Amino acid sequence: MEQVFQQLINGLSLGGIYALIALGYTMVYGIIGLINFAHGDIYMVGAYVGYALTTFLGLGLLPSIVLAMAICSILGMAIEKVAYKPLRNSPRISALITAISVSLFLQYTMMYFVGPQTRTFPEVLKSSSIRLLDGKVVLDIKNLIIVGITVVLMVALQYIVKKTKMGKAMRAASLDMDAAELMGVNVDRIISFTFLIGSALAGAAGVLVGVYYNTINPLMGSLPGIKAFVAAVLGGIGVIPGAVFGGFALGMIETIISAYGGSVFKDAVSFIALILVLLVKPNGLLGRTLREKV
Amino acid sequence: MKRFNKNSIIKTIILIVFYIAIQTALNLGILDTYMELNIILICINIILAVGLNLITGFTGQFSLGHAAFMCIGAYSSAILTANFNQPLLVALIISGITAALAGILIGIPTLRLKGDYLAIATLGFNEIVRIFALNTDYIGGAIGFNDIPKYTNWTWAFLMTVISIILIKNFIRSYRGRACIAIREDEIAAESMGVNTTFYKVLAFALGAFLAGIAGCLYANYFHFIKPDSFGFMKSIDILVIVVFGGLGSITGSIVGAIILSIISLVLQSVSELRMIIYALILFGIMVFKPRGIMGNTEFKLFRKGAIKGANTRSYKSI
Repeated sequence: MEQVFQQLINGLSLGGIYALIALGYTMVYGIIGLINFAHGDIYMVGAYVGYALTTFLGLGLLPSIVLAMAICSILGMAIEKVAYKPLRNSPRISALITAISVSLFLQYTMMYFVGPQTRTFPEVLKSSSIRLLDGKVVLDIKNLIIVGITVVLMVALQYIVKKTKMGKAMRAASLDMDAAELMGVNVDRIISFTFLIGSALAGAAGVLVGVYYNTINPLMGSLPGIKAFVAAVLGGIGVIPGAVFGGFALGMIETIISAYGGSVFKDAVSFIALILVLLVKPNGLLGRTLREKV
Repeated sequence: MKRFNKNSIIKTIILIVFYIAIQTALNLGILDTYMELNIILICINIILAVGLNLITGFTGQFSLGHAAFMCIGAYSSAILTANFNQPLLVALIISGITAALAGILIGIPTLRLKGDYLAIATLGFNEIVRIFALNTDYIGGAIGFNDIPKYTNWTWAFLMTVISIILIKNFIRSYRGRACIAIREDEIAAESMGVNTTFYKVLAFALGAFLAGIAGCLYANYFHFIKPDSFGFMKSIDILVIVVFGGLGSITGSIVGAIILSIISLVLQSVSELRMIIYALILFGIMVFKPRGIMGNTEFKLFRKGAIKGANTRSYKSI
């Protein structure tokens, strides 16, 4: 029983990180229908920015997260302008391959400049733990801070999407881009804004991962990137609460599988879960069912 | 239609001459073993690409898991040739069939999904196969499968490539092939016209997987050594890039795409550090300037008879 609690705590942190990345995927997908494979690499860039800021400038956790978010959002917007905008009317498969090429470009450019080796993230947070249930369950302060930051960012996102004018325009564009444009929404700006927010969240997730796992490398973005996309699909892609739910669900599944000795199969299990969910509910757990009209 | 018309005879002669030319060059040492390796890799890539083109280009099912079938084929043939001492022909057939069965097995449930959902499910399948291969001790696990006999040579690779291309070409021209194309164009319309969409989607998937299995078999028996990480998600992407670069729905395109991309990566070997960066930029440039691939969906014809230019321009809304 204690072990389950312990794993749930670890799962929350991992899930929060997945959820932050998944939000960016789901928002971009909701608006332009593109699986943005480069998203996982923006998260990697975020981790490196966080590394540079904490190691060389000696900044604390919060300022480095904010700066990493800012740099990643600029990067995300630049990628959208340079790479995806020219292909907006092309076949979707070409846009997807462009996304993959951007992903490769980010990975290997980063590798060219910082080298392929794994780097150790500096100890930004003092590791102090709280013991619960007679000391059998350890609640690291890192877990609390990561979950706390994740929740704050999600609430902020929810506020932007639901309460601001920009958010209203985003929702309109994701529902029907042409109609939104006819109603005077500047769709180009909305798409840029979506990339900005999504990339900022990925940047934050990158720094948090660095803090949590202590190691970063230039290829760290590809598998978590795909898994965050899996999380987004699991919850229902294009639906913001779905991404959060999917992220946490995936984090929990993985930690529980690892706890019961299946750590080598944990990646396989999350993909099996994805396929099973898609078979039962093709639009994801929280997704809306859209009827196809002829 | 005559089976032996001017066209097919000339094509056969060209193929035989091409085969003999390369074989002589290999025997005389004009093409060294490194070139032979690249030529065989091109053949394997062509087989993979025409198989995926059938699934993605002609049937419109977006698959990101083609390397999984190659993985299954490669390991089946490794087991057959190394552990059971079977000849290459047996290994080729059985690894093709194993991969096709896997294709059916994964196709029946997942082909209910559409577009990006199918893509991500097949990607998941790819990762599942890779992870299980990594953790199965019988086939070497993460260390890889060693000491596979080297049976593949230019003759086998060439033969299999030609057979694959002819198989897919004839399949596309048959009524089953037209059913597949109808599914790509409009699944609902095809269904209402009485096309059993599930059957044809699974059929295309199985045929593509069969070819991938054969390619995997050739691969395993050429390189002595296979490891699960060679068949990861990036390999599937590589195959997809060949297909899209050549042109979805164009077999000639797949062939040309496989050759050009292999040459590009051959040239880039010399700048190993910048290789992937340049590759990414080339990929990006191709997609921006030629989003429909170099061949579009047209085929190269030796004798163009009564063809109207652009008559088969189609939309790719569904993919």
